[in-house]
Amino acid sequence: MAEAILFYLFAIGALVAGAQVIFRRNPIYGALSLVGALFFLSGIYVLLAAHLIAILQIIVYAGAVMVLFVFVIMLLNLKEEELGEQRITAWKGVGLAAVVASFGVIAWRALGPAFPQGALMQGDRRVDNALLVSGFGGVKTVGRILYLASILPFEVTSLLLLVAVVAAVVVAKGRI
Amino acid sequence: MDFFHAHQAQHYLVLAAMLFALGAAGVVLRRNAIIVLMSIELMLNAVNLTFLAFSRFPLVPNSPMGSFLTGHAAVFFVIATAAAEASVGLAIIIAVFRSRTSVNVDEFDTLKL
Repeated sequence: MAEAILFYLFAIGALVAGAQVIFRRNPIYGALSLVGALFFLSGIYVLLAAHLIAILQIIVYAGAVMVLFVFVIMLLNLKEEELGEQRITAWKGVGLAAVVASFGVIAWRALGPAFPQGALMQGDRRVDNALLVSGFGGVKTVGRILYLASILPFEVTSLLLLVAVVAAVVVAKGRI
Repeated sequence: MDFFHAHQAQHYLVLAAMLFALGAAGVVLRRNAIIVLMSIELMLNAVNLTFLAFSRFPLVPNSPMGSFLTGHAAVFFVIATAAAEASVGLAIIIAVFRSRTSVNVDEFDTLKL
């Protein structure tokens, strides 16, 4: 019961904060709402027993990435007239219809007849207990997967981050 | 068994679909490049949520990969890639802002600084 209450709390929080991101005119409010949405999502991750990912979400996303966003917004220092007015065009209507249609397809796949009924191993107490005993989603178990099964992608990721750091400096700096 | 526990995985999947739709709507509707980037981050988080939901509530009893935690590893890589994407994207926005004095994506129509 507590799980359901927490889920609805976090889900409504994440959706409201996510809506603020796209409906607020000033990007700084959007960035701060996105920080809130990421915090709520990290609560959802804890409900899914993904403890390491929830911590990483707060440290990397809400901490590092969003600080970068807020920093750039304040660096650009957009004036009121530079934000531009919100125009409603026919193409935006087409785009919105496409978004709603794709949401409908995803929701239909998750809820409707296309989804194999009862196929998800959910609510099974035996499976749940086995998961909790084995430390599912903790640092040790996820670390074993990262360092043993997917060591090559892990190392390639470090290379990707190095390239991204160099690229960000080269692109943002006018003259080297 | 109450409604939430009987349809737990579907709850997470529909929440992920809603967040993805919000992010996609932000990409389509907003013209501010920074908000477009933030909407992309929202969409990436929705995808992470589906990874974790299927990792917790798998469709099959035994994973062909040996462990369902490979979903968590995928989320880890998505987070790292999103950090790289955000840093490069924001650098591009700064570079374009220098020459155009604007962050409106409608004005970025010639692939030239």
